[in-house]
Amino acid sequence: MGADHHGPAKGLTRWLFTTNHKDIGSMYLWFSFAMFLLGGSFALVIRSELFQPGLQLVRPEFFNQMTTMHGLVMVFGAIMPAWVGLANWMVPLMIGAPDMALPRMNNWSFWILPFAFTMLSLTFFMDGGAPNFGWTFYAPLSTTYAPPSVTYFIFAVHLMGMSSIMGSINIIATIMNMRAPGMTYMKMPMFVWTWFITAFLLIAVMPVLAGAVTMMLFDIHFGTSFFSAAGGGDPVLFQHVFWFFGHPEVYIMILPAFGVVSEVLPTFSRKPLFGYSSMVYATASIAFLSFVVWAHHMYTVGMPIAGELFFMYATMLIAVPTGVKVFNWISTMFRGSMTFETPMLFAIAFIILFTIGGLSGVMLSLAPLDFQYQDTYFVVAHFHYVLVQGALFSIYCGVYYWLPKWTGHMYDETLAKTHFWMTFIGVNTAFFPMHFVGLAGMPRRIPDYSLQFADFNMLSSIGAFITGFSQLIFVVVLLKCIKGGKSATDQVWDGAQGLEWTVPSPAPYHTFTIPPQVR
Amino acid sequence: MPTKSTRNIALRLGAVAVGMFGFGFALVPLYDVMCKVLGISRETIVTQSQLDPDAAQADMSRTVTMQFLANKNDGMAWEFRPSQFEMDVNPGAMNNTTFYVRNPAHRAMIAQAVPSVSPPEAAPFLHKTECFCFRQQTLAGGEALDMPLQFVVDQALPKKIRTITLSYTLFDVTTMAAAPDQRVGFRN
Repeated sequence: MGADHHGPAKGLTRWLFTTNHKDIGSMYLWFSFAMFLLGGSFALVIRSELFQPGLQLVRPEFFNQMTTMHGLVMVFGAIMPAWVGLANWMVPLMIGAPDMALPRMNNWSFWILPFAFTMLSLTFFMDGGAPNFGWTFYAPLSTTYAPPSVTYFIFAVHLMGMSSIMGSINIIATIMNMRAPGMTYMKMPMFVWTWFITAFLLIAVMPVLAGAVTMMLFDIHFGTSFFSAAGGGDPVLFQHVFWFFGHPEVYIMILPAFGVVSEVLPTFSRKPLFGYSSMVYATASIAFLSFVVWAHHMYTVGMPIAGELFFMYATMLIAVPTGVKVFNWISTMFRGSMTFETPMLFAIAFIILFTIGGLSGVMLSLAPLDFQYQDTYFVVAHFHYVLVQGALFSIYCGVYYWLPKWTGHMYDETLAKTHFWMTFIGVNTAFFPMHFVGLAGMPRRIPDYSLQFADFNMLSSIGAFITGFSQLIFVVVLLKCIKGGKSATDQVWDGAQGLEWTVPSPAPYHTFTIPPQVR
Repeated sequence: MPTKSTRNIALRLGAVAVGMFGFGFALVPLYDVMCKVLGISRETIVTQSQLDPDAAQADMSRTVTMQFLANKNDGMAWEFRPSQFEMDVNPGAMNNTTFYVRNPAHRAMIAQAVPSVSPPEAAPFLHKTECFCFRQQTLAGGEALDMPLQFVVDQALPKKIRTITLSYTLFDVTTMAAAPDQRVGFRN
């Protein structure tokens, strides 16, 4: 520790070599926002093509590349790095630590990502085009029938996996070792708790995903037959391995959202969180259950009835701890002196809309009904309600909540509320009609559809464009807030509790060099 | 430098990650084991059932309808059909039938048949004592063959099952058998 260790280095090398959790958190967030715009533009290509029935704008082959890349970029490029970014920024501030436990590894786990996504994006310019087999990359679509660029896709997934695993190891080590004196586990803020559990999920399942793509690599290039029935393998095995990763993965994207909402609601209700310890146990139960429900994604592969029933009941069981959380949030707001700043609006919208997504999830969990819903737009509606109105809304919720702490300025509340309402209207217009076309039997991942779905699809496309362009309002809010605006107090929000609100706004480059004492 | 305890945590978690990578691969044999434990017979090409001598006593009072299906995987050029589409069999009795194949191409090709049984509950009770699916089949260009299948339906077959469908899918494994580093069926 030199005496010159006070401020950030200058120039580009500051960002290349930084080991500062705030710098790395900011880079993660900027990167994920860039990926969000990229993945969003793919979504707009999809919705433009689906504006009317018939093939208008793109060839079906390119349409398939768009659906695949939209999913991959949004899941691995936008949502997950945004959460890691928020964890980097906030976990040390919330537990009173000076930095992450392994700062150099932190730098590395971020800088892998731009390379992974550059490699993934370059597949568009290769012979045969980008991956076109859906973000779930089921074999044999992703092996026997895949474009040659699949190898680059595989290595990109390997890199993303390494980045996530290193990030998670870092977060767990930080939380276990660097809490301020007096901060016991059951005094940790909910965002820290949810990330702690998420990090364990990541370490458990990202390697399984790496294993799945490695088996694909072997099948494609080295003559093995993991997923090829001709050689004694089984394509259904791929689905089991993939969803063993894939189901915990959806909780990886939503558990930190639960954490953010559990931070924001008490602040703007001016009441402590209702049922803190039940929140912790509910999160842990959801994480545990997420390992034993994966086959509900594959009811139609021909499982024995006992298997269908097991996975059906286990899946429905998840609604119990999730219900505990929803009722705790409502109880937190009950009789609170609530105010409705932008983070609170996103949090309340999250509770309502995520619950809608959760309920369509319970519908999908019913094995006999799932035979009709499988691979329809009903599934698309469901997972966009939980990932856009769920995960994305709570990321915005967290960003607006902590933005004054990061920049030292209050953001433009009017413009931010406009952003919220436009996004709220946009996403519901886009995704709600998908329930109806899905129930009526419109298949997903199809560039053309029958005429009876035309009106609802046009509505969805209009909603998608409203959503897409509303995000430009966020860019303006963000830039304005970085450049100036009303100075933020240290506490920022008058109901805010927690260590992150005890440091100055903007948070100095180094915080908690002397550990604070918690009660 | 990270503290010793941080290093310990990182190393342990790293070991968990490596272990889970291995677990991903362990899912491959586990999948077969689970299927066996749960009574889901996932027939593989190497399965040759051990016939219980007790089950070999024919039960003439009961008949089960066996149906045969022949499918070809995408792009497989061979002709492939059962010589008999349906037969009534007595549980415990030995039965013989054949599947006809012809290679219409001008070159030798290698094929592999992969079986599937419906309803799946019947699979553990269908014993194939001899099957063309146990090994790869090589046919010269233009050559035809009646491939033998010998099987016994177990006496223990649940009474509610009256019909068993045995379906074969024929895969072209010529490139796979010839040059293992070639992608199977890859067409650009």
